[in-house]
Amino acid sequence: MKLIRNFLDRIEPDKKSSPFLHTLWDGFDTFLYAPALVTKNGVHIRDGMDLKRTMIHVVLAMQLAFIAGVVNIGHQHYTAFGMYGGAFQGIGWKFAYGLLQMLPLIIVVHVVGLGIEFFFAAKKGHSIEEGFLVSAFLIPMIMPPDVPLWMVAIATAFAVIVAKEAFGGTGMNILNIALTARVFVFFAYPSEISGEICWISYDYNVLHSLLGIKAHTVDYLANLPNGGVAFDSMFDEAGQFMANSSVLIDGWSGATPLGLAANGGWSAVQEASYTIIDPVTNKAEVFQQYSTTNLLLGVMPGSIGEMNKLAVIAGALILAVSGIGSWRIMLSMVLGAVAVAILMNILGETLYPNQDHFIKVPWYYQLFMGSFLFAMAFMATDPVTASGTDLGKLFYGFGIGAVGMVVRVLNPAYPEGWMLAILFMNVFAPLIDYFVLQSNIKRREARVQVQ
Amino acid sequence: MAEVASRKPLLSKQDRKLVSDPLNDNNPITVQVLGVCSALAVTSNLANSIVMAVAVILVTAAANITISSIRNFIPTRVRMIVQLVVIAALVIAVREALQAFAFPVYKELAVYVGLIITNCIVMGRLEAFAMANRPFPALLDGIGNGLGYGVILIAVGFFRELFGAGKLLGYEVIPSAVYDFGYTDNGIMILPIASIFLIGIFIWVQRSFNKDLIDIS
Repeated sequence: MKLIRNFLDRIEPDKKSSPFLHTLWDGFDTFLYAPALVTKNGVHIRDGMDLKRTMIHVVLAMQLAFIAGVVNIGHQHYTAFGMYGGAFQGIGWKFAYGLLQMLPLIIVVHVVGLGIEFFFAAKKGHSIEEGFLVSAFLIPMIMPPDVPLWMVAIATAFAVIVAKEAFGGTGMNILNIALTARVFVFFAYPSEISGEICWISYDYNVLHSLLGIKAHTVDYLANLPNGGVAFDSMFDEAGQFMANSSVLIDGWSGATPLGLAANGGWSAVQEASYTIIDPVTNKAEVFQQYSTTNLLLGVMPGSIGEMNKLAVIAGALILAVSGIGSWRIMLSMVLGAVAVAILMNILGETLYPNQDHFIKVPWYYQLFMGSFLFAMAFMATDPVTASGTDLGKLFYGFGIGAVGMVVRVLNPAYPEGWMLAILFMNVFAPLIDYFVLQSNIKRREARVQVQ
Repeated sequence: MAEVASRKPLLSKQDRKLVSDPLNDNNPITVQVLGVCSALAVTSNLANSIVMAVAVILVTAAANITISSIRNFIPTRVRMIVQLVVIAALVIAVREALQAFAFPVYKELAVYVGLIITNCIVMGRLEAFAMANRPFPALLDGIGNGLGYGVILIAVGFFRELFGAGKLLGYEVIPSAVYDFGYTDNGIMILPIASIFLIGIFIWVQRSFNKDLIDIS
């Protein structure tokens, strides 16, 4: 330990002559050692739970969802190739493939985001603030697995500069940074993130040559009962895999359950299925794509982090029990969503009695489809952008739940609503706080006896 | 040399300031935050921005010089109406000219050209400057403010068309090889909100360079 301390002391750059290097050094130094600074004047109560520790808790709470999401990328990929149909078959390969897809995303977001953070910290003469660590982990988790890296880089830069640094850095932002990055991709490159297609990573990466998947797939697709037309078109005449073949998406229905429900109602979600032919026994096996188990375990196309509902619920519990995420927001958000969803169900029965429509999807399934739980656990509870007062948090969460469900069900253009609902309520959070404070002041004023 | 020094320059230092001030220190869009509505609406491509900028320069300059020359005859009570009549007449003149000589552009800008009449910059300059100054400084002030508006408009239009459509003035600028590589046009840049972001960033950049604009509060 002493060795590292001595080393750090020896290489400390001069703050005046090289502010950028000093910021870097300072960030690394406080990463390893608690700073020795003490408060000089006034009375302060200090908690061991500083910003760094809070942020790390959130990152830890996300890990289960992250691992599940990584496995799911691989699962979607291999089932699109007609392999490993069951959720737990070939899980090691799925994990490896998912990790290879996921790591570049994480690295790009960190390099771009932290680079900008460091630049602004050096410019302002601050030490580096840790707020971005959570955002940097959230951004890859709410992107489609096949999103081009340059888009992620631009979106991250936009979010950090416009949503955060322009407002004054960590703790000052009005909008959730991770969601700003996603909303940028959502509006700037809508075809990447529409929820209809493109949620499956079909990139041909290193792993395929290691596994020899190409040979396996060509032979094996030729024997498919339906002639393997869709899959054949991924290969050129010489049997070479065409990397980034977008034809695959047409062949493999990659619609998310929400995308299906928006077009064909609940029955379309339940009818969706896929066939996997066992390469050894040649027996065809039909899997229901969105069975309740699959919805819970998240083996379906979608954004990376939101898929495994059990993992997300575990993360939400960690946050709620440790007090980092507000249970008030989570609870009231569920209540808001359930209330509106039940209202929708009743409305749907009267509006479309004999028709299958998105509005009639049972309300308890609404909670397990799409990114509701992920948004609840990790997005809505962001302490910076949420309301600060306890009562305000209840209104804030309820508002997100209600608005999000309305956007999800009634808006024909977007199949999912939580991103827009949370950004919308982020803007209203200070107003909610204002009214809560005012009502409190009024209540207490009424108690005062005028002499 | 003495001759040159004694000759009165066309534009005195004060006159030059009338033109240069609105370009930076007192820019109508980035400092006074006037005329933002049209800056959002017409800047989706560079050609429209340029036409709009020219139209506003003409209207502010002509309105300023007109009002300034009749300023002593305008009863104070009805001055707003008189100003509006002058602006309206000028706007109609610009509209007719556009219809006659640049009909395709007119079709895209129709409403917004008509709405120059509500552009706060024009009315603001008449009230703040033309009503109290002689015609020549008023003309310079009108041109300066029109230019200050136009510069921002053209800059916004430049970025929006470049990143939103990959074109400038209708010509492909970004080579197709870049598109083959996976580049896609940015959809936000087509939406009017892009102008808000761009103008916000301009304000940020301008204030970080211009020390006079940094308010210490």
